[in-house]
Amino acid sequence: MSTRIQTGGRLIDRTKSVTFKFNGRKLQGYAGDTLASALLANDQMLVGRSFKYHRPRGVVASGAEEPNALVNMGEGAFFEPNQRATTTEVFDGLTATSQNHWPTLEFDVGAINTYLSRFLPAGFYYKMFMYPRAFWKHVYEPFIRQSAGLGKAPKQKDGSDYEHFYAFYDVVVIGGGIAGLQAAKTAAAAGAKVLVMEQTADWGGRAVVDGAEIDGASADAFVAATVAELQAMDNVTLKTRMMGAGVYDHGYLLGYERVSDHDPSLAGPRHRLWRIRTAQIISATGAIERPLSFAGNDIPGVLLASAVRDYLVNWGVSIGERTIVVTNNDDAYRTAIALKQAGLSVPMILDARKSGGGALAQQARDMGIRVENGKAIAKVHGGKRVTAVSICDQAGEGVVLDTIGCDAVAMSGGWSPVVHLYSHCGGKLNWDAEQVMFRPDLTRMPTNQNGQGFVMPAGTANGEMSTAATLADATARALDVVAALGKSAPTLTAPTAASEDAAAIEPVWMMPQGANIKLRMKSWLDYQNDVKVSDVQLAAREGYESVEHTKRYTTLGMATDQGKLSNINGLATLSGALNADIPQVGTTTFRPPYTPISLASIAGSARDEVFQPIRKTPMQDWHMANGADFEPVGHWRRPYCFPRAGETKAQAVEREILQTRKSLGLLDASTLGKIIVKGPDAGKFMDMLYTNMMSTLKVGKCRYGLMCSENGFLSDDGVVARIDENTFLCHTTTGGADRIHAHMEEWLQTEWWDWKVYTANVTEQFAQVAVVGPNARKVLEKLGGMDVSKEALGFMEWADGTLGGFDARVYRISFSGELSYEIAVPASQGRVFWDALLAAGAEFNVMPYGTEALHVMRAEKGFIMIGDETDGTIIPQDLGLNWAISKKKEDYIGKRAQERTFMVDSKRWKLVGLETTDGSVIPDGAYAVGEGVNANGQRNMIGRVTSTYYSPTLGRGIAMGLVLDGPDRMGETIEFPKVDGGSITAKIVDQVFYDKEGTKQDV
Amino acid sequence: MKRYSIFAVAREAARYHTGWDRAWASPEPKKKYDAIIIGAGGHGLATAYYLGKNHGIKNVAILEKGWLGGGNTGRNTTIIRSNYLQDPSAAIYEKSRSLYETMSQDLNYNVMFSPRGVIMLAQTEHEVRGYLRTAHANAQQGVATEFIGPEQVKKLVPIINIHGPRYPVLGGLWQARGGTARHDAVAWGYARACSDMGMDVIQKCEVTGVRRENGRVVGVDTTKGAIDCDKLGIVVAGHTSDLAEMAGFRLPIESVALQALVSEPIKPCMDVVVMANTVHGYMSQSDKGEMVIGGGTDGFNNYTQRGSFHHIEETVRALVETFPMISRLKMLRQWGGIVDMTGDRSPILSKTPVDGVFVNCGWGTGGFKAIPGSGWAMAELMAKGQSPLTDEFSMWRFREGKFIDESVAAGVAH
Ligand SMILES: Cc1cc2nc3c(=O)[nH]c(=O)nc-3n(C[C@H](O)[C@H](O)[C@H](O)COP(=O)(O)OP(=O)(O)OC[C@H]3O[C@@H](n4cnc5c(N)ncnc54)[C@H](O)[C@@H]3O)c2cc1C
Repeated sequence: MSTRIQTGGRLIDRTKSVTFKFNGRKLQGYAGDTLASALLANDQMLVGRSFKYHRPRGVVASGAEEPNALVNMGEGAFFEPNQRATTTEVFDGLTATSQNHWPTLEFDVGAINTYLSRFLPAGFYYKMFMYPRAFWKHVYEPFIRQSAGLGKAPKQKDGSDYEHFYAFYDVVVIGGGIAGLQAAKTAAAAGAKVLVMEQTADWGGRAVVDGAEIDGASADAFVAATVAELQAMDNVTLKTRMMGAGVYDHGYLLGYERVSDHDPSLAGPRHRLWRIRTAQIISATGAIERPLSFAGNDIPGVLLASAVRDYLVNWGVSIGERTIVVTNNDDAYRTAIALKQAGLSVPMILDARKSGGGALAQQARDMGIRVENGKAIAKVHGGKRVTAVSICDQAGEGVVLDTIGCDAVAMSGGWSPVVHLYSHCGGKLNWDAEQVMFRPDLTRMPTNQNGQGFVMPAGTANGEMSTAATLADATARALDVVAALGKSAPTLTAPTAASEDAAAIEPVWMMPQGANIKLRMKSWLDYQNDVKVSDVQLAAREGYESVEHTKRYTTLGMATDQGKLSNINGLATLSGALNADIPQVGTTTFRPPYTPISLASIAGSARDEVFQPIRKTPMQDWHMANGADFEPVGHWRRPYCFPRAGETKAQAVEREILQTRKSLGLLDASTLGKIIVKGPDAGKFMDMLYTNMMSTLKVGKCRYGLMCSENGFLSDDGVVARIDENTFLCHTTTGGADRIHAHMEEWLQTEWWDWKVYTANVTEQFAQVAVVGPNARKVLEKLGGMDVSKEALGFMEWADGTLGGFDARVYRISFSGELSYEIAVPASQGRVFWDALLAAGAEFNVMPYGTEALHVMRAEKGFIMIGDETDGTIIPQDLGLNWAISKKKEDYIGKRAQERTFMVDSKRWKLVGLETTDGSVIPDGAYAVGEGVNANGQRNMIGRVTSTYYSPTLGRGIAMGLVLDGPDRMGETIEFPKVDGGSITAKIVDQVFYDKEGTKQDV
Repeated sequence: MKRYSIFAVAREAARYHTGWDRAWASPEPKKKYDAIIIGAGGHGLATAYYLGKNHGIKNVAILEKGWLGGGNTGRNTTIIRSNYLQDPSAAIYEKSRSLYETMSQDLNYNVMFSPRGVIMLAQTEHEVRGYLRTAHANAQQGVATEFIGPEQVKKLVPIINIHGPRYPVLGGLWQARGGTARHDAVAWGYARACSDMGMDVIQKCEVTGVRRENGRVVGVDTTKGAIDCDKLGIVVAGHTSDLAEMAGFRLPIESVALQALVSEPIKPCMDVVVMANTVHGYMSQSDKGEMVIGGGTDGFNNYTQRGSFHHIEETVRALVETFPMISRLKMLRQWGGIVDMTGDRSPILSKTPVDGVFVNCGWGTGGFKAIPGSGWAMAELMAKGQSPLTDEFSMWRFREGKFIDESVAAGVAH
């Protein structure tokens, strides 16, 4: 059984016990425990079920590489699936449940798959489930989905907060082991601004567990001293519980800080995503131990040798009473020695190497541990827990020599440097055959915008396996980085450690070497996804030879641990099957993030109301207080209408229109884009931007203008006012303001950079109100202050002045067909001005109206709307707007495009009015059909509706539409089929339905 | 070719699966082929497959510079739908969708086409009108779609928040027979079928030159030597500009990174595909249980197959807002592909200025769904010189201004 032993545990505080729940059972741990160590201390070895076969799964590792120990954590708004127990710190009140089983962890019906596994090799689902066809959707797929997945889906909205940090450094060191700390110290001493991040809660990494000696003292002492030194420096920031998640181009780095996962009672955000720009990154991320491939290597109780050591030294937890160690390198001897020193039994060390180990092996022997060279595991016995191990010759086919009882196996297949962050941005690797690992190729580092390397691996992450070499390399690589920053090297004495007399590792990819198919079918590579040696060999045999094909065909390395344990073993198995060298087969691509990060941390604080920036007009509060029904328009929310008690939206719109046409309406038009174009060349620029001639516009006058894209398509419209000789004010649509401003800037900055013109988007500087209706003038006169008579301020003119004491710019323009003024006041005055208009308008029964009334009134008047009559494929000529296209100009944006053959084709659909024969409203989006079908069997279409409304003014449905030969077919009828059958007949008419002569607006 | 079936699997189980054949052969190139297809992505393989199956042209090689299916075919989020607005698009995408319905049986390879339904959310009045328009067009084009209200959306997708404070869901365009398929399987299934017809799928064979004589193609240069051919199909997505340059003409293609990501797997919680174009993100749940997420393209051209993180942020933010329960899930893996974008965001299936050279590209962010239809049409074009499905997609439409613009219906084109 696994249990807490009496002594030891560098990270736990035995005076502080914590209580937590696992599968409803109350358990005790200590402060400093991870959930994994605490579970193991309580003999909870079984922690979950695998993905495919629902095999029993126990903890195999002690850190971020753990593939098995994934649990559902928390409850309700704090529930989270797939939380890794090995990197979760326990706290009082933690609740966790195991995953992927039914009904219970101990008895899982899905485990039947394990007996069927022979029928379910890699890729089996590509070869079956094809008949009958409908079964995939209705039977097979639901079944597969139900048995796949891991944790449960959260049900509630997240109850925690998240935030983003933006930070800038010269050097960011990832990894707080001895290499990272030494590198940080070196860079900091050179004067660089440094951030050091460590994903766990503690500094020191492996060396402190392994009891290394540095400068004659313990590694612990070295770490404590170095951390203290760094803490004292102003140019250094130290962060634990922060993981380097991803490296991106141009020195962009994500740091994932888990602020309160370890103690949810802490105030503040749960996660903080650091978005860092740094000149240089030092990746001191250490290495991860590899499992060995032998039959039964997935049975709970089989762990990485380093993990067994970690649990013992860091948390005072023994995995078993009798642990068999199996290895192909010297490091695993440390585990045997540590276990023995702790008074635990190590019946045997199986060293697959014929010639055995070095000094550590001797030390183990001296302690009385039986060491067998050239031996291997033929098979592990046990179901939910290891009970015994059969041993054999590594060189043979698995003939069992002996079977030894034990309750734990500590395995080591060698170490792989953590090259993920180095590789995210294109860093390349070399295969080091001597050390049996991929390690960074410093001549092919990821490069920054200047072509200079910017992710420097250091220490073990760079392939240095001994303490001495790690420290030396960390110093040297940090000096490289210092040089790359253009700083001079500091004077430091590098720490030293004794050199170690280790025997070389030997590659062992299958144990025993000649294992038969039955053994290979029981030898796991990927524990979570259930990929075995036989699966990779099958993939190779079937022609899935590229490493990417094998990965995808078998799902090797695609589990939540992203193959941290399985990738190299899988790759080696594949190269064996292909009879090719490992480097020739190559690795799969390393993708961010290093370990999964919460989606919430990526979204940050942008949720709910502040999901996107909110833009508010100065009158927004009034709209809210007066029951506005809002619609989003870009980042604005505009009142769609102002329904009163008991009114539907349609009724409100009708009332707003009728009252505006009859007397007086008010529209908050502040969202309309307002862009100033200014400079000696402003007129010239305006003539290029608009299809109209704008340079001739007189000061004091307004002109309706059209803007097209380079492709000739109508992109925006609005009224331009000439403010003075050098200044124009361009009104754009609400949604178009930012886009049009960017469009102007693009032309100015890339094509006409030498023109003397500036633009400024002043949309939010002004509050703007449209005062509309027959009583519009009266209400302004009531406010008083400037002459707004027809004579003083004619149609399509503007003037500055004061109205009711407000500084105002008054435009006489109309989008409704009524007498209408648009009045701009400084934004700060917007609300009071609005109130003043409401007060003065009260006697006319003034009616604020929303966007829908605006749309209907403009449609009644036959005015086009960008986004309705246009859709990015419409040229002004389609809409009968030729009058707005200057014939006198040599050029404007879009002119050449409008001369292309298809643009001048007489068969382009043209804008007309549509009047239903029965007065009903044509459905939005309806198409008109012609005779027959086209070459692809589709019904021939001859037109479509672009705007369609019930007109309260006319008491009937009205519409505009684009119709083939439309203007030549006045009076004819066409058919609009409805989607639910039946059709509507409409007559082609003039598009102006209201006040054709335009007498009402020009009074 | 040994047929795949549950019986074959059972038979093989008895001998520990030692008797399976290679899914496709790995031949060396011959001296000459009737037709060469460059690019063993989905579109290239499907083109070859239908050249053989529909037109009897089987002396064909498919040349792939890397591993087959390793381009965007193996990187996409696998959404399949045909509710496009414009006639030519609806025609080819619906042809494609209908071929997906029977692809597993046609290829004897389970590509796991899952017609689970696709919803495109309408979250502004403008979007509502856009989708109503598409629904009307689709009705005339023979594409089964329907505009549904917010309550129906909620019923289909219980995890959605239809009352978000910023962009409440106003409805959606629903295509019940849209869905997803297993992307790798599509490439592998076609490769196996092509190989079975005697075609040569040649991997790690990069085309480095297009040889011409008198304005006509005669062959290609490759990293495995020169190979002759009568007809050449260029089907290389993001690298089309390079190949066009080798053949001596230019195309209006820009290459940009499009990214995607998946969460860790969880038990089933979402049965349909949802696209939210206003907030700009889309999501489905794979059979493995991962939430498969995608969003927008980078605003600059590049070939790195990586993208900028702020797009990931934008996409994830949009989806956390739309599906609040995903907030505590974790991003497992992100990646990018280089997509080939034309000026009107519609593909090019066309003859070219070089006799015998045909091009199929520009599928951009949305060509996975088009693989079988595009292969079908391209094969017809290559075999007969004309196809009603490709007529409108010629490369000369840009000169005429005859665009096929789908962005019109407020859609992004995944
Ligand atoms: C992140 C992402 C998400 C997407 N989501 C969707 C989606 O949900 N739905 C959808 O329908 N579409 C989607 N797409 C788009 C879809 O993936 C592509 O449109 C489609 O896969 C393109 O297929 P292809 O065969 O044309 O190109 P590819 O699969 O890219 O194949 C082109 C092949 O040409 C090869 N090649 C290039 N140059 C040469 C040369 N000189 N010699 C030989 N070979 C060469 C390449 O190596 C490659 O294998 C998405 C794309 C991405 C990147």
